[in-house]
Amino acid sequence: MATSSLAQAFGRLRATQVWKSIFRRGPARTNRTRSLAVFGNLFLHALPVKVRDKSLRVRATYYLGSITFFLFVVLVITGILLMLYYHPAVPQAYRDMKDLGFVVSNGVFLRNLHRLAAQAMVVAVFWHMFHVFYRGGYRPPREFNWVVGVGLLLVTLFLSYTGYLLPWDQLAFWAITVGTNIISAMPILGRPVRFMLLGGNLVGENALLRFYVLHCVILPLIAIVLVGVHFWRIQKDGGLTVKETFQEENGRKEE
Amino acid sequence: MVEKKNSYETGFGSDALKNPQRIVFITKKTSAKVKGDAGRQLMSFPHLLLRESIAFQVMVIVLVGIALLWDAPLEQLANPLVTPNPAKAPWYFLGLQELLHYFPPLVAGIIIPTLVVVAFVVIPYFNVNVQGEPLWAGNRALRFKVFLSILVALVAFLAIFRAWTVLVPTVAVAGPLLFSSFLKPEGQPAWKFLRTRPVSWWVMTWFITVSVVLTLVGTFFRGPGWSWVWPWRGHGV
Repeated sequence: MATSSLAQAFGRLRATQVWKSIFRRGPARTNRTRSLAVFGNLFLHALPVKVRDKSLRVRATYYLGSITFFLFVVLVITGILLMLYYHPAVPQAYRDMKDLGFVVSNGVFLRNLHRLAAQAMVVAVFWHMFHVFYRGGYRPPREFNWVVGVGLLLVTLFLSYTGYLLPWDQLAFWAITVGTNIISAMPILGRPVRFMLLGGNLVGENALLRFYVLHCVILPLIAIVLVGVHFWRIQKDGGLTVKETFQEENGRKEE
Repeated sequence: MVEKKNSYETGFGSDALKNPQRIVFITKKTSAKVKGDAGRQLMSFPHLLLRESIAFQVMVIVLVGIALLWDAPLEQLANPLVTPNPAKAPWYFLGLQELLHYFPPLVAGIIIPTLVVVAFVVIPYFNVNVQGEPLWAGNRALRFKVFLSILVALVAFLAIFRAWTVLVPTVAVAGPLLFSSFLKPEGQPAWKFLRTRPVSWWVMTWFITVSVVLTLVGTFFRGPGWSWVWPWRGHGV
């Protein structure tokens, strides 16, 4: 049978020294090796080894936090691919958009995916936040992780906003003009901050370059660090909130 | 020379017979970790990882499906000399732009967003939010007076500025809030949810309702000069 021969081949692969040198544990058939699979792996070790089955239910989270992170992964991948075709210069940036539309293979799809995932991430971050709020997930001992989450919300909005300028079309130019004009309403600091952000008094070449660097380097790095802290703290703060206990506590107080 | 021993030196006293100085304190308080240990547990590998990968796959399929059907917008080359009317910010800032229509830029553009962010940050540090007791559990008559006064002042303030798109969702949340104060514990069980909501629930629900209404209005109902338009009528050029 095909399946059994496939399983045999996988078994033989697992027995090789190369495989064993990468994954030191044996097959995950016992709880010990299953634990090792999580904390022995750099990419998984921020996850808990065990999770409450209640917090695995779809209704507990709708996987909103995970989906937000997955959208970020999609954005990083499509973003790096888009960087290969993009020059942060006036008016070449706009011509690159046209090239993506008419010259680059699957360029339209690539840009659609990036744009769509960006909008979806803003929605997902807000939804995740409100969902956590209504479940009481901000309560001690998770209060600091809630604050980190607020930071991630701001980084997400700023990432989306800096990306908005990059196509250098009318939509981008005027949205950024409208937005950055608001900053100058700030007393004392308003105009200097706006000047620093735009590299000038108007949205121009310097602004495009600054937004490009913010969008592709600075903000993603901040986001990665904050996401790392955010994930790590979930485990350190005792896992996800379980609604049932939260309601029980509420019920007891009510009486 | 007298050798100074570091009090924080680890490993010192690892021989329990020579240096019997390890003490275990057992406190009455239960740690957060123990408190949270309710319910059956499953191994993350494979239970969590499997679910996460399914979530990822579903998300990618939906994303790709939409990206094949919908095209990202691209307008003419940026031209500082031609201002579109209306010039709109990205959709998630249209709520703010709608506020800018009513209030001075300092209030709508700086003070309100700053206050919102500060409010989000401090939520878990206020006991009233952490305990989450029902709003009407305490002195009902006093609280009713306080909330009614706040609401009347807020509605009057919004009416003076003619901020109708803020006023309508505010009233829409204020109605159930005031109504919930008249609900009796022995009354309809269907109303239990509304009756037991804490104040943080009401404030957040008000915030979300106003934000959603403002964003929708800014996105679909605002035309040239930020005038009111009906999206289905198709505002001309």
